[in-house]
Amino acid sequence: MAEHECDEAISELYSYLDGELNEATVAHIESHLRQCSPCLEAYDFEKELRRMITAKSSEEMPGDLRRRIIDVLDRLDENA
Amino acid sequence: MADRSTFTEQALPHLDGLYAAAMRMTRNPADAEDLVQETMVRAYRGFEGFSDGTNLRAWLYRILTNTFINIYRAKQRRPEQTELGEVEDLYLYNRIGGLEAARMGRSAEDELMDLFSESEVKNAIEELPEQFRIAVLLADVEGFAYKEIAEILDVPIGTVMSRLHRGRKSLQKTLYGFAVQRGLTDPSLSAPVPGGSD
Repeated sequence: MAEHECDEAISELYSYLDGELNEATVAHIESHLRQCSPCLEAYDFEKELRRMITAKSSEEMPGDLRRRIIDVLDRLDENA
Repeated sequence: MADRSTFTEQALPHLDGLYAAAMRMTRNPADAEDLVQETMVRAYRGFEGFSDGTNLRAWLYRILTNTFINIYRAKQRRPEQTELGEVEDLYLYNRIGGLEAARMGRSAEDELMDLFSESEVKNAIEELPEQFRIAVLLADVEGFAYKEIAEILDVPIGTVMSRLHRGRKSLQKTLYGFAVQRGLTDPSLSAPVPGGSD
């Protein structure tokens, strides 16, 4: 595999995972990934890492926060 | 005042996401709650001027981010580091990608979900300097597109991409540090690098 093709694929990795590349570039990268298993592994790893980060950064909103905000909005309405 | 029922219907569903983002920004629950409340007050006050059909979610996060910067940033107790050092591409993959697979006999991807705790992930995000942290959480936690993040932060798309690129790599370095601290991996080993670069 030509090294510059791998460099190109890796440099576009985030834009690819972010869905920000145009169709032609996506096709170009995917064609490379089909032929280059080290790059494909790196892509799969980064994709899973992203998934893990998203999954593990979720927060449960405190139960009374919604109520607090509704109360505040009510007061704004009363004073309007 | 703006149409309250429309506001309730359209804006309140975003509370969970706003709270999660506020937690990563302020790094503590009390401030996060106050930040979300202040954001909703400002959003409600500005709602009449908000044109229907444009991106309400991005608009709410813009208010959240600006409110954070204006009010809470001053309160942050930790001294704020503003710059990030250079970190190589595929930082984490190069160190644990092949190692975990070989050691565990499973694909590296299967291991990732179990490798880091929620608090490690959150701490790693929170360790990022503010401008990188906000970009990363808008993209990776909240799922905004580059264009939306650019609008929220009022910066060019190129700046968004740069902050994401550097912030994400730095995040990986921090996560790796946690793994090493736990004795999970030997820093003297590393996986083969695709393309032979770096």
